[in-house]
Amino acid sequence: MTDFTLKTDKDGVAVITWDCPDKSMNVMTFEALGELEACVDQALGDDKVKGIVITAGKDSFAGGMDLNVLAKLRDEAGDDPAKGVFDGVMDMHRLLRKIELAGMDFKTKKGAKPVAAALPGTAMGIGYELALATHRIFMADNPKGKVGLPEIMVGLFPGAGGTTRLVRKMGAMAAAPYLLEGKTLAPGKAKSAGLIDEVVAPEALLEAAKAWVLQANEADLVKPWDAKGYKMPGGTPYHPAGFQTFIGAAAMIHSKTQGVYPAAKALLSAVYEGAQVPFDTALRVEARWFTSVVLNPVSGAMIRSLFINKGALEKGAVRPEGVDDQRVRKVGVLGAGMMGAGIALVSAMAGIEVVLLDQDQAAAERGKSYTESYMDKGISRGKATPEKKEAALALITATTDYAALKGCDLIVEAVFEDPKVKAEVTEAVEKVIGDDCIFATNTSTLPITELAKASKRPEQFIGIHFFSPVERMALVEIIKGKKTGDRAVAKALDYVRQIRKTPIVVNDARFFYANRCIIPYINEGVRMVGEGVAPALVDHAAKLLGFPVGPLQLIDETSIDLGVKIAKATKAAMGDAYPDDAVDEVIFWMAGQGRMGRKAKAGFYDYDDKGKRLGYWDGLAEKYPVREEQPDLTEVQLRLMMAQVLEAVRALEDGVLTDIREGDVGAILGWGFAPWSGGPFSWLDMIGAGKAVEICDYLTETFGARFTTPDLLRDMAGKGETFYGRFGAEAKAA
Amino acid sequence: MTDAYIFDALRTPRGKGKPDGTLHEVPAVRLSAEVLNALKARNNLEGHAVEDVIWGNVTQIGEQGGCLARSAVLYSDLDERIPGVSVNRFCASGLEAVNMAANQVRGGAGQAFIAGGVESMSRVPMGTDGGAIAADPYLAMKTYFVPQGISSDIIATKFGFSRDDVDAYAVESQKRAAAARDAGRFKSIVPVRDINGLEILANDEMIRPTDMQALAALNPSFKAMGEQMPGFDAVALMKYPELERIEHVHHAGNSSGIADGAAAVLIGTKEFGEAHGLTPRARVRATSRVGTDPTIMLTGPVPATERVLAAAGMQIGDIDLFEVNEAFASVVLRFLTYFNADHDKTNVNGGAIAMGHPLGATGAIILSTLLDELERTGKEVGLATLCIGSGMGAATIIERV
Repeated sequence: MTDFTLKTDKDGVAVITWDCPDKSMNVMTFEALGELEACVDQALGDDKVKGIVITAGKDSFAGGMDLNVLAKLRDEAGDDPAKGVFDGVMDMHRLLRKIELAGMDFKTKKGAKPVAAALPGTAMGIGYELALATHRIFMADNPKGKVGLPEIMVGLFPGAGGTTRLVRKMGAMAAAPYLLEGKTLAPGKAKSAGLIDEVVAPEALLEAAKAWVLQANEADLVKPWDAKGYKMPGGTPYHPAGFQTFIGAAAMIHSKTQGVYPAAKALLSAVYEGAQVPFDTALRVEARWFTSVVLNPVSGAMIRSLFINKGALEKGAVRPEGVDDQRVRKVGVLGAGMMGAGIALVSAMAGIEVVLLDQDQAAAERGKSYTESYMDKGISRGKATPEKKEAALALITATTDYAALKGCDLIVEAVFEDPKVKAEVTEAVEKVIGDDCIFATNTSTLPITELAKASKRPEQFIGIHFFSPVERMALVEIIKGKKTGDRAVAKALDYVRQIRKTPIVVNDARFFYANRCIIPYINEGVRMVGEGVAPALVDHAAKLLGFPVGPLQLIDETSIDLGVKIAKATKAAMGDAYPDDAVDEVIFWMAGQGRMGRKAKAGFYDYDDKGKRLGYWDGLAEKYPVREEQPDLTEVQLRLMMAQVLEAVRALEDGVLTDIREGDVGAILGWGFAPWSGGPFSWLDMIGAGKAVEICDYLTETFGARFTTPDLLRDMAGKGETFYGRFGAEAKAA
Repeated sequence: MTDAYIFDALRTPRGKGKPDGTLHEVPAVRLSAEVLNALKARNNLEGHAVEDVIWGNVTQIGEQGGCLARSAVLYSDLDERIPGVSVNRFCASGLEAVNMAANQVRGGAGQAFIAGGVESMSRVPMGTDGGAIAADPYLAMKTYFVPQGISSDIIATKFGFSRDDVDAYAVESQKRAAAARDAGRFKSIVPVRDINGLEILANDEMIRPTDMQALAALNPSFKAMGEQMPGFDAVALMKYPELERIEHVHHAGNSSGIADGAAAVLIGTKEFGEAHGLTPRARVRATSRVGTDPTIMLTGPVPATERVLAAAGMQIGDIDLFEVNEAFASVVLRFLTYFNADHDKTNVNGGAIAMGHPLGATGAIILSTLLDELERTGKEVGLATLCIGSGMGAATIIERV
């Protein structure tokens, strides 16, 4: 396999072309780095070569490092994984530094050969880090092109010199959005921001880079940090301006990450320590911190769930085999309320024709206007164009006429959460749609198998649970009823892929997967308030686990009356086995006080007229006085964590979940489950089944049977197994 | 064990620690030399009379850098054979110098020491020496670093001191300081003079009349850094998740003032006193120093006091007078409520809220104030304690002889 090839032209410019065979985008491996080095050595050693251009043989430059490679470095280093990773990373630094110095004599700053990067398009991660090591970066004016360092999104930070070089190039403050938030920019903006040097027409790219190489003078080839008298923009940590920057940065990153993301912390330490030492030492420091992150189980879990498995699910890892392409051409959306309007929007944006149907025309039009206002907002922010808006609106037909549904190959019903209404609509629609059409119901709580009874063809009936707001939430939960067939599943999956969301497929049971886990989380928080735990401790404990909102804030958002409704229905279904009377006491009382949540501007929190959250409601402490002795933070956290995690394990035991990857990815995308952990199953693997059983036993004894250790977990503890060890192979095969 | 005696304790008046403060024109090294010379003159310290000058000084950079203690000795009239050592225990540096001197005397490592300290906060601003605790991300995150002002507000929030509570304390501090000054109770003050002997400052210049209304008009000083940029409250709440929010109650009027000043204490054995014809004024009974939670940071006086009492074999009720450094009003209120101590026995002549807190000197200053007041009132046992940055505390018990 050859990823890098070298060709020297008549003018003496060596063009190194990166082109991974059989891949749509280049990714870096250690073998490829070896090839790159051989090319670089050959070009630097050849007297006929005047300069080098590094480019790619695709319409993009590179997507980044093959993330599996890092895990391999760690896993194959035997007894000393730290050494394996560190040495591997230092090898990268050595090569990139060789490119950067390009034969320069460090004392005289003479003798370097010019090296330019010519990026035909997107350059991410090491793709951009490689470019940063050259003397000048040219990029094609490719509308799809993006430049950036998104490593932080998967629990890493730029570890091939990107951190050190970007900070030295633009200063810690200016580099922060790219390093800490993984911000990526299109070519034009990347040039204004100083990430790249030149933007040229795609066809002129290579010539422009070659021309620069041939005319570059010696001063052009000395990086600012290799020149005498270099000063870091914005100041190093112990210059007055820099001091304030670093104090503020530590505080901001700490609170923003709630201390649970090791990569952000390590990145900042690499920047801080690196800023105070010479460049080559700074690279070594960066490698040490980077190694610590690679060795931290958090990065492995994040990469697995947020990159590898999320990608696999999006590419159809759980799609039934042997079913033809089921891409949707025309979708009928029933009910133009908030969910229906959102579903119409994301469908139209994916280029799917939409029939948006409601009982009266005004309601249907209102639903369509949601797309209009969404696109208007996008235009004002420069993220959409009037053309795109018109194109999306042209695809949506707002109507009251069932006949308009003719020709739809998918129906997404999003009417009221009332089985009777849903049944009526199902029957009415099935009269007009074609035989092949798949009927999907969007519901968050109603059993699909029951709803399917209204259908004449239950094998073509399926649940699609969108999260609200539809356009923002990345997860879609696909629910199979007892009789749902493979084609319906494939249809739902292909549709979700078209609208660029991440699917999980689960079997039908009360609350499916996501809500099944969220409800006990909220309940546990409410229960603690009833016990006299400080409400602030409850919500803060959740945030310190990396949850976006605490349970009390969450129930205020979803509303107390919905909580009451769910509680009543659950109790009716479960009878004496119902475990949550202590929770109901609090929420029924809240409802009785008219504290329905944010929509009522009165819930566990007080709100101002605009709905801005103020403090906790005083009446809460009057009814449920805060105990003098407060529990340990850890105990509160374990209760909140186990309440959800055990539900995920039970969902797996019950066969609602069939793939732990879906359980992990779904939890993170569906309700923001501690992304650093990789999801509930990854978290259990991180602490170990033995420890988990210990915690459950303690919680059961102290707080009740709802924490009873699932048999599966106890079995795994006995055998010393992990979820990914026990179910990993299956997950891969699925 | 040899006893350590205090033979003398002097201090400069405290000047406002800003460019418009009266002592701003006086370099820290000369301010130091002023009190060293006064101490030498009053106690006949000719030749190699003392073992060392242990000098508290916090911001050891610029003119306070390069071992200011030794520079001060060389600048002064002291014999060049006397060395000098700068010590930094942040706000307790001056008391730490006294404790180190006393403990060396007790351990037989010298007959006599000069201990004290200096800070010219107007010339060498606080914080200009950097510090890993705030800027090193690893350490700042490990310790949930927040600036002291935020810590003082955490104390107020956690222990329930309202804005009125802290303001009332501040009003009383000003009243007491003014009364003490007017009654001439600060016997230990030596005026600061210029090279020609002209007087520059003879009295503490920051005391000013105030009342609850005037203080109520002041904006909280740490609200912006807490709630907006960079948002230290969020860090504090990570450490104290049981708190809903941080109440920002401290401001310029109920926090210690930024000040310039120096103080020196002569400590030695009984034999040293006899040899130099000096009468001991007090004995150092016990000393302590502790580390505490670095985030709330300023609760050190409580454990430091418990520890020094234990070392002295005493109870809180055995103490006649307390000096608890008024870094922030909540620090003293926390001390008073924890020990159920009598405010009438504590900081009876006001404190740093009224007169200012020249960081390296304050520990030695409050010890001199304590000694003056014990003598004036004929009382026996006094305790001085200070809260300290990065979560520490120090205390000293002295008794008259």
